[in-house]
Amino acid sequence: MGYEKFIKQVSGKKKSDLMLFTLTTCGWCQKTKKLLKELGVEYKYVDVDLLEDKDKQEAQKIMTRWNPRCSFPTLVINNTRAITGFQEDQLKELADNA
Amino acid sequence: MRDVSDKDIDALYGIFKKDAESGGYYLNPDTGFAKELVRGLIANEERYGYQSCPCRLASGIKEEDLDIICPCDYRDEDIGEYGACYCALYVSGEIAEGKKSAGSIPERRPAAEQRKKMKTEKETGRIENGGKLSLPLPVWRCKVCGYLCARTEPPEICPVCKVKKDRFERFL
Ligand code: SF4
Repeated sequence: MGYEKFIKQVSGKKKSDLMLFTLTTCGWCQKTKKLLKELGVEYKYVDVDLLEDKDKQEAQKIMTRWNPRCSFPTLVINNTRAITGFQEDQLKELADNA
Repeated sequence: MRDVSDKDIDALYGIFKKDAESGGYYLNPDTGFAKELVRGLIANEERYGYQSCPCRLASGIKEEDLDIICPCDYRDEDIGEYGACYCALYVSGEIAEGKKSAGSIPERRPAAEQRKKMKTEKETGRIENGGKLSLPLPVWRCKVCGYLCARTEPPEICPVCKVKKDRFERFL
């Protein structure tokens, strides 16, 4: 898997397995990263706009599984469900319970 | 990506704001947030050669990305329904005045498959319709703001929302 090499880790409390797909240019993606950091949870992310074409397609394919619209940001939780867009309340809830 | 200085972004933001307001649109009153989006638009211009939406992944093929070149085809409908465009660069008057705040909204742009289907349907529909209409001139519609005009060709620049000719579609 090509794009996986570009996944970055942000350390924090290990809650659920959080994989975040972002664009470096997107305001809601920046807000999502910032809030997760503030909440102090561990998460992984990949900036899809910085990937080479092949890796980009691969990342989109994975995203589509959880979010058919393939919109950003997409946060995949425990490989079972996704939060799409910047959803402050849902992220806080994740940090509390997950 | 070349780093654009904060000073350049401030200047560009000023231009965006002036353009928006002269056309009856408003930028997000959270200037820090809006400026980051302007930075994103400039980054995309450098990457792709056009100011593709900062919150959507461009294909890099202009023809396929025309609907998401800022201002995108979805801006006005989103402002109408949610008070902000998808990125929340452009907002409603109410949000601009701080009476409400902008949030993350659902994606209105159809998924890639759907877009392909719609394009084919439109093209075949046009052929079927051709001949039935006998207007002295074709009518062109700006896909961003809905401006209509009857003339041989669409204008170079939309007089209402200032997007380029390639954002017009034949309406009648
Ligand atoms: S109008 Fe808003 S949503 Fe549309 S391209 Fe521009 S910044 Fe993105």
